[in-house]
Amino acid sequence: MSEELETKRIKREILVRLIKAFISDNYAENVRLIPYEMRPKGCEVPFRCCVYKERAILRSRTIAGLGFAMEDDDEKTLLSDFAKKALTRKHPEPEPLTVLQNACKGCPSAKVFVTELCQNCVAKPCMKACRFGAISNDGHRSVIDSEKCKKCGLCMAACPYKAIVKTVVPCEEACPVGAIAKGEDGLAHIDNDKCISCGKCVSACPFGATHAKSQVIDILKNIKEGKEVIALIAPALIGHMPCKPEQIQEAFRKIGFSAVYEVAQGADITAKTEAKDFQERLESGAPFMTTSCCAGYNELVKKHLPEIKPFVSDAKTPLYYTAEIVKKEHPKAVTVFISPCFAKRREVLDNPNVNYLLNFEELGAIFVAMGIEIDTCEEKEFDYKSSKEAREFALTGGVARSVQAAWKGEEGAVKPVVINGLDKAAIRNLKLWAKMGKCPDGNLVEVMCCPGGCIAGNACLGSLKDAFKKITDYGNKGQSLETERKEKND
Amino acid sequence: MKKIQVKVCQGTTCYVMGGSGSKSILDTLTEKYGDKIEIVSVRCFEICHKQDSFSKAPYVYVDDELISSASLEKVINVIESKLKNE
Ligand code: FES
Repeated sequence: MSEELETKRIKREILVRLIKAFISDNYAENVRLIPYEMRPKGCEVPFRCCVYKERAILRSRTIAGLGFAMEDDDEKTLLSDFAKKALTRKHPEPEPLTVLQNACKGCPSAKVFVTELCQNCVAKPCMKACRFGAISNDGHRSVIDSEKCKKCGLCMAACPYKAIVKTVVPCEEACPVGAIAKGEDGLAHIDNDKCISCGKCVSACPFGATHAKSQVIDILKNIKEGKEVIALIAPALIGHMPCKPEQIQEAFRKIGFSAVYEVAQGADITAKTEAKDFQERLESGAPFMTTSCCAGYNELVKKHLPEIKPFVSDAKTPLYYTAEIVKKEHPKAVTVFISPCFAKRREVLDNPNVNYLLNFEELGAIFVAMGIEIDTCEEKEFDYKSSKEAREFALTGGVARSVQAAWKGEEGAVKPVVINGLDKAAIRNLKLWAKMGKCPDGNLVEVMCCPGGCIAGNACLGSLKDAFKKITDYGNKGQSLETERKEKND
Repeated sequence: MKKIQVKVCQGTTCYVMGGSGSKSILDTLTEKYGDKIEIVSVRCFEICHKQDSFSKAPYVYVDDELISSASLEKVINVIESKLKNE
């Protein structure tokens, strides 16, 4: 978190205020006041044109924090009414992301254009490079006809002065599947049929205009009603809490959760199942297999890459197995997945064993709002002792390593290929491999949507470096799946 | 000569609002200044508990000077100007 810090801070502040309002005696009214408290009468106007515009945007952010889609806002409804409506909602909104139209700048469309650095040279390599006849010369410099230009960038590469530049719309550029684009109104819109909820647009927008719709109120409401609410924590969480792993259970109890399970428990099952699946596939002549635990990747397969489906492991995600165990042990419990990213929202929606999703930022906001100092929490080990590999599932390469550790087939047969971050180029590769029916670089393809792995998920709190260290320290304290396997073999 | 004392908060609020920035402030300062200044890590100054002041976290003290919304750059600027004035 660095350049996007400012927008993240605003979003986190809203969440904290929302939660504070929820635990106060005057919830709805205090929610209504959020924009006014953040921008009181006569205050400085740090970002936009006037205080009214800033308040309007803060109001929109609060609505997203309450879990509603901005697209449904009629602008007349009071924030306090939204706050009340959030309490009566039975099921959270299906689509995870929403665009705040009033926060969206309506950035200039992406285009390639010739700057004043053009020297109007004799050779005119730009004109020769263009395959679409889009470049002409007005006597002073080269000019690009945007109607004809396909933004291929060949002229940029050809110009010896580097005088031609390409501007981008950050959200459009970041989205690997073309699901967000400027509409006729000039503002960004998400096409939910294409969106894989990877959240890259959320991190990319420097105005903070794309938001996740939070479920935090729904979760806190269940806790307040005295229900048995259980947290299922993603392995990445260990890297993003300023405390020891052993203090996490107590920290959740202070919020009101009745129990905490590590999703690493299910990761152990995923690793073993995936290793077995992979062995069977290789033995029956399959050329390669891809992992199946990244929710963004699974959505990609469903919506854009059905041809690769036969190559995707049938193993379920760590969350799936963990939730199954939890629901068996606590059939009446409300289960909440504690997630590093937005993409898991869809998986949660499709899994009846998981009721809600709380991301790391929202969790952090709860600690702040409730004044819980997690570093002072009592220490307690988890009952289930997860393996080293399961604890390191959230690191890039971690899932492939877990399959290797659980591997029972021929020695050296597993050749991992790691896709560390899903971008347009990676998607092209996957498409190609599915079409060719083989992967030239190896046979076990691990796909993670976020570069760095789940510890770099877009709702994470801390830095990648810090998280990496904490996770590997914790991993090193666990037993390897390999030792377990070797002991059994002896 | 008394060493400049820098206290960096490592409490929950400062961590959440600053995105582990306070941790990297702590690490970088130690690397950059070593023994030239005294660097202390504190759990929580309890400033964050006062009404709305959570929003200005993370907090760092350079001697008696409180820096809010602390970034590495801000903290170094204050330290440098103090070092110069000595
Ligand atoms: S956590 Fe830093 S002042 Fe409280």
